[in-house]
Parts: sequence; C-alpha cells; structure tokens
Amino acid sequence: MTSSPEGLVLRATEVHKHFGRLHILKGVSLDVRPRETVCIIGTSGSGKTTFLRCINHLEKIDGGSIEVNGHPIGYRMKNGRLVEDSERNISRQRTEIGFVFQRFNLFPHKTALENVTEAPIQVRGVSKQEAVSDAEKLLARVGLADKKDTYPGKLSGGQQQRVAIARALAMKPALMLFDEPTSALDPEVTGEVLDVMEELAHEGTTMIVVTHEMGFAKRAADRVVMMDEGVIIEEGSPEHFFESPTHERTKAFLSKIL
Amino acid sequence: MFVHALWATVYISIVAQVLGIILGLIAALMRMSNFRPLRFLSGAYVLVFRGTPVLVQIMFIWLIIPGRTVGFGAFTLKQEVFAGILALGVNEGAYMREIIRAGIDSIDKGQMEAGKSLGMRYGAIMRRIVLPQAARVIVPPLGNEFNNMMKTSSLVYIIGVYELFSDAEQVFSSSGNVAPFIAVAFWYLVLTSIWSIVQASIERRLAVSEHGDELSLRERAVAVWTEGGGVSRLGDWPFGAGGRWRGRS
Repeated sequence: MTSSPEGLVLRATEVHKHFGRLHILKGVSLDVRPRETVCIIGTSGSGKTTFLRCINHLEKIDGGSIEVNGHPIGYRMKNGRLVEDSERNISRQRTEIGFVFQRFNLFPHKTALENVTEAPIQVRGVSKQEAVSDAEKLLARVGLADKKDTYPGKLSGGQQQRVAIARALAMKPALMLFDEPTSALDPEVTGEVLDVMEELAHEGTTMIVVTHEMGFAKRAADRVVMMDEGVIIEEGSPEHFFESPTHERTKAFLSKIL
Repeated sequence: MFVHALWATVYISIVAQVLGIILGLIAALMRMSNFRPLRFLSGAYVLVFRGTPVLVQIMFIWLIIPGRTVGFGAFTLKQEVFAGILALGVNEGAYMREIIRAGIDSIDKGQMEAGKSLGMRYGAIMRRIVLPQAARVIVPPLGNEFNNMMKTSSLVYIIGVYELFSDAEQVFSSSGNVAPFIAVAFWYLVLTSIWSIVQASIERRLAVSEHGDELSLRERAVAVWTEGGGVSRLGDWPFGAGGRWRGRS
C-alpha cells in the first residue's frame, strides 16, 4: 500500500523539540496515509505526547517539519527562512486537526451540545440550526443523544470524553489526534470510549492515538509505533508488533505491560 | 440640589468603575502578552497608579486637562467632572488588573488549549471560554472595589466637582454646622448598603450557573415541577424524592 507523498495526511520529518536543556524529540519522522489508524506506544517520558502536541502546534518545534494535508504546520518560509506562522494561519490549520485531550478539557459553562456547536459556529461560521443538527447526530454517534443538555460537571469521565470526541469531530478534521484518551478514566468506563474510537477507526477516520491500551492497538490499529527516548525505535503492523517485535526495548516494554 | 449631588456620586462611581474594568482587562491581557514591551507597560502602569496617592492623581490629571468642558453634544462633561472620572478610573484600572489576572489565572490551561485545538483564535477563546468562567472569581472582589469606589469618589470634591461630599462641605463652610457630615455619611451608607444587596444577588446568580455536581436552582425547580421531585437525582433537594411538593405537579 504505497501512496505518493502528496497523498499523505501527515508527513513529519526529523522533528526536534527541547524543553530547556531536555532534548525531548530527537528527530521523529512519521507518515500517515488517509484512513489509517496509527497507535503510538512507549514509556512515559518517551516524547509521544509531546510529538502529538507538536502536530497541531500546541508545542513549537525546534527542528524538522510537520505537514498536514501538504500544508506546513506552524511555520512558513519568509525570505528563505522558516518563521513561525501568524496566529490566524495557525488557527486555520488547526481546524483540520481534531485533538482529544487526556483530561477532556470540555467547556464547563456550556452544555454537551454547546460544547460541540461552539467551534463550528464561531470558527466555521456555520448557522446555529445546522450546527445543532450536526451536533445532535455526533452526540448520537457517541451514544449520548440523551445528554445533550447536560453540563460536563454532571457527566461521568467516560461520557465527558465521548463529548470531547464529538466536539473534535464537529470540525470535520482530516486528522484526529488522541492523547491518552482513557488514562484519566476509571477502568470501568474506558471501554465505552475505546468502543467509540474503534468504530471511528473502522469507519476510516484518519487518526493517531497515543495510548497504553494494547488491546485497542491490537484491534484498531493499522500500524503501531514504538517511541523511546525521543525517537521511533520500531513500527509495524499490530501482528508483527505484538507477536514478533525485533527491538530489545520493545520486547522489554511489551513484557512489562502485557 | 441634594438629589443632584447624590446622582453625581452614583454616576461618577459607575462610569469610573466601568473605565477601571476596561483598563484593568486591557492591562491584564498586556501583562500576559508574549511581547515584552506590552508587559513592561502594564507593569509600569500598575507601579505608578498603585504607588501614588489617588488624591495626587486627581489633582495632576485635573491640571493637565485643558478647557472648561470636555466632549461634544449630549456627551459634554464639565472639565473637572471628566478629570475626576478619568483619574478615579485610571487608578481603579491598576487594581482591577490584578483582580482580572487572578481570575484568568484560575482557569485551567486546558481550556485555552481546547479552544486552540478547535481552531478558535485568542480573542474568541478569551471572550467565549476563559472570561465567562473567570467572571465567577472576579465578581466578588470587583464588588468590594465598587463599594470602595463610591466612597473614594468623594475625593474629587478637591477639584471642585459637585457631589455628595462637596455638597455637605459647602453647607458646612457657610453654616459651621457639623450635621451635614452626619447626613452625608448616612447617604454613603445607604448607597453601599444597596450595593451589597445587588452584589449578593449577582454572586448568587453566578453560583447558580456554576454547573458542578449540584443541580442549579433553576434545574431543581424545573425537576420539582415537571417530575414531581421524585427523581433520584434530587437526593439533596430539601423537599426530597416524593416530598411535599410532589402533589402539586
């Protein structure tokens, strides 16, 4: 399954990131094709969350480049040099990228429905009527049609995360990013969130999921990527990955977690 | 005459407070800017206007504003009234900056990130996501500021503004009678008492719209009337599940 570079949803090339003197990302390259689901795994501190945040420019990068749908994210050429892009352009690029946070980050002063309609109305300029009807469909899709007028404070963690997924989908992004979406959840409700994500994956949503849920990676991923100390040390199909990993670190990590 | 003085105090205080809120918000946003000169300007503003007596500021601004009136048409103010409002407002802004900044700081950073990730721009995130939540933190100290403002506004009598205190002062200087000062104290007390009531009701309303684990008052009322209070969610409702309100719905 080869496709031309122009057809890629994500093309990350040699991404570097420092936090002060800490070298967090040491040249991460990753291509993601349309309709592909990529799971990123690795120990905490390996840089996987940082990498994800760089993709929609929540973190600036210090080297390399990131392109989504062929557009460089966060930077543009000016007089032959790369400079940080304007806030307006960065915001526009982010509309192409959905992000689901570990801690949901729903807007607590808005109902579930209002959380979902906020960006389409404010950013895309969609009419309220259309935004509401879209949002109701999305909430139904994540199984929360009956909770549309409920405020986040009265939803369970799993329900909040599903609203957050609907909120991100409402912008019809080309790429969905999930940052450990079940890590902050009670074990008994992680299933409902993973089910929704698995369905998205099977429907052909292009997504990158940073996760510790190996079961989910096995079932839903087209490709699994292992990060360690700021670099990708191994990647491949779930079968390859969980049955015959080649890298020592991967073996060690999997034996600990499985 | 006296009614005019009372109105002048109310009017000057409200306009100066609104000006202070606007300046405080601008200064707070400048303080959080990535652009160093803006942060510096904001810091200098607070340093100067919190670090010098408001009386000096009133005198100074009154002296540097030329003319006998300021504005045009229906928006014409006597020069001293304009100078007084401006001085009180600018001074208040320095205090409001800290209050507003604390309010904004109290909002989780994830809210800003969530807005960004949806493609919202800074201004829209502030206006629609952060500030509405920060308001709950800002309003109580803001209320105290306004209480202070009504009393502090008496200082503009020094530049010849006609308001509550100067009215009393005039009666005193022509009669030598102390009574006007007792009367004026009483009227300030009336104003601040009315404000306390207003403030309490605003804070109550903000608390109601805080959608935490508790049901809001409105939702409780709705639930009680439409569902007969018999829903388990209403465990902490004083008239409880199946309570005495049930029969009415």
